[in-house]
Amino acid sequence: LNKCQFIYSCAGRSTVWYEEELYQPITQHQIFAPYRICVITLAESHPVLQSGKTIKSVSYQISTNCSRLQNKVSGKFKRGAQFLTELAPLCKIYCSDGEEYTVSSCVRGRLMEVNENILHEPSILQEKPSTEGYIAVVLPKFEESKSITEGLLTQQQYEEVLVKRIHAATATSRASRGITTTTAPTPPQPARSVC
Amino acid sequence: MFPLTEENKHVAQLLLSTGTCPRCIFRFCGVDFHAPYKLPYKELLNELQKFLEIEKDELVLEVPNPPPKKIRLQELEDGIDGIDNLSQNGEGRVSVIEDGSIASKSSNLNVCNVCLGILQEFCEKEFIKKVCQKVEASGFEFTNLVFSVSFPPQLSVREHAAWLLVKQEMGKQSLSLGRNDIVQLKEAYKWITHPLFSEELGVPIDGKSLFEVSVVFAHPETVEDCHFLRAICPDCFKPAKNKQSVFTRMAVMKALTKIKEEDFRKQFPCPPNSPKAVCTVLEIECAHGAVFVAGRYNKYSRNLPQTPWIIDGERKLESSVEELISDHLLAVFKAESFNFSSSGREDVDVRTLGNGRPFAIELVNPHRVHFTSQEIKELQQKINNSSNKIQVRDLQLVTREAIGHMKEGEEEKTKSYSALIWTNKVIQKKDIEFLNDIKDLKIDQKTPLRVLHRRPLAVRTRIIHSMETRYVDEHHFHLYLKTQAGTYIKEFVHGDFGRTKPNIGSLMNVTADILELDVESVDVDWPPALDD
Repeated sequence: LNKCQFIYSCAGRSTVWYEEELYQPITQHQIFAPYRICVITLAESHPVLQSGKTIKSVSYQISTNCSRLQNKVSGKFKRGAQFLTELAPLCKIYCSDGEEYTVSSCVRGRLMEVNENILHEPSILQEKPSTEGYIAVVLPKFEESKSITEGLLTQQQYEEVLVKRIHAATATSRASRGITTTTAPTPPQPARSVC
Repeated sequence: MFPLTEENKHVAQLLLSTGTCPRCIFRFCGVDFHAPYKLPYKELLNELQKFLEIEKDELVLEVPNPPPKKIRLQELEDGIDGIDNLSQNGEGRVSVIEDGSIASKSSNLNVCNVCLGILQEFCEKEFIKKVCQKVEASGFEFTNLVFSVSFPPQLSVREHAAWLLVKQEMGKQSLSLGRNDIVQLKEAYKWITHPLFSEELGVPIDGKSLFEVSVVFAHPETVEDCHFLRAICPDCFKPAKNKQSVFTRMAVMKALTKIKEEDFRKQFPCPPNSPKAVCTVLEIECAHGAVFVAGRYNKYSRNLPQTPWIIDGERKLESSVEELISDHLLAVFKAESFNFSSSGREDVDVRTLGNGRPFAIELVNPHRVHFTSQEIKELQQKINNSSNKIQVRDLQLVTREAIGHMKEGEEEKTKSYSALIWTNKVIQKKDIEFLNDIKDLKIDQKTPLRVLHRRPLAVRTRIIHSMETRYVDEHHFHLYLKTQAGTYIKEFVHGDFGRTKPNIGSLMNVTADILELDVESVDVDWPPALDD
């Protein structure tokens, strides 16, 4: 994952945070948050990214009435965005072995965009899950943008969790949410103000 | 030569006896040349008296100077009996005279019921001198000035009342003076005061001058004179956000055009009554219009924002391009504040090389505005000596209109850059050669994630006109690009999660990142280059 951080070394440094779902313990997500924007991607330990899995299709139709593809934002203040809570589903991934996975937002905020490229080319989700295979971009509320990372894990903590899991008797018992501290240097971009 | 003729006698007599000053009388008789107004007040009063063949003790406006109090009161009471039916404020006049031991001749005179003193003491040399003293004390440098004066709105009401009175009187004589023949108060005021200002300050009055002297008068005593208008024309007086009072000059004037004569006369005395005191001077202010300084800047630091970077009141990075340039200008021009703008801008970590980026600084309310080109050159040198993070060239004074050229450049002109690129895969010289041959490459850029929180989400098509590569080693090369204005270079290199397509990574089929970026040129030919 060093690779991903490197990509923003000049453009803007980002921190990678990890989310460990209490309710769906085998689903893990990874969130880049340069500045206030969160990019939701799959974490390396996600089942879909394990070898042997083939993705049949991806769908943004999460319920009869709601498709993430209908999300349209306009203007500087991003009016019209669908509002997401941590558990709001972003998309469904259908695998050739019949398994179905729902990817949740993990972050409270407004949906900016979903990645339509993975609809046409599901393979990039597996080939480049942390970059071109991203799932969605979410903009948290300004007041919440600092607390967003509370309840998330830093990379180090995440890796520790994975190690623990491997040693654990069962797949998951009580997942514990780590308390995070930011390790990223402050982004050096000349934002006039954080609006 | 006295400007009034036989046919003006009745109107002049009427106005004088109701408490109107000589200059306002001239105005209502249509006297439209300057000379009579400039004569001293006392002289005008005397001439008027001779013209109307009035005895001294019948004059309402003048009081002999300096008779003992008792005699004055007696004379006044005689005078008052004679005109009681016309005046409604006799008591007030007495109190003014009781104060009569005041030396200044103006306070011995009663206040005009139409101009409230504006064409009495406030247009005479003594007052103008007072204003000029303030102007000189303010420390502005100027070679001409524009004088703006603001009168209390109730003057319009009194003017209207006086007009109705005069109209009626002229009707009796079938005279044909129209509303437009009446000289406006402000006009007469400026006829008198402009030469006085010029003489006192030694500069001409010029309507186009950037240096403005403004005087605001108020008359608290009669503030409520206008209020009756609201009942009659309520929609003229809608409360607006920025106005303290709803009774602005414009609103009052508008209501006066709408109100019927009978309704007006019911609510407001014609002639207007005499006030106790003259207007007060609310403010005497000077201000200079903004001046503009333009130039081009180079930025040599990778740790300097263009504008101050402050979050939650805390400064995140020391200084800024704009402060390093503007602070010197602010001091030399003795300006209140500045507005910095430039033809585009670069990130904190990007250098600006070559001829630099055009910028313009608006200096607000400068106290010093005249500089020789030598002085500007020295100022440029001073800025350049004070910091190695930025350098400035072609510093010059420009007009407001010229700023348009700069903003034009931002959207239309090309820019060129050089970037240091890292690749994850090992590369050879031949792997990057194909980039040299790509011309006018169209790319689609979604709003980069790093600015998405403050820009609308959109896709922008941009053109990379040309590229040139220089191999460094197996994981690095230099890329020189010439692009359309508005292209996000960093995103073109690393792809921004694939949201900029195509990008260097996709073109080369590698993962690429940008380590360093420099602006090599901003292709705007403004401001004009100066020889050093």
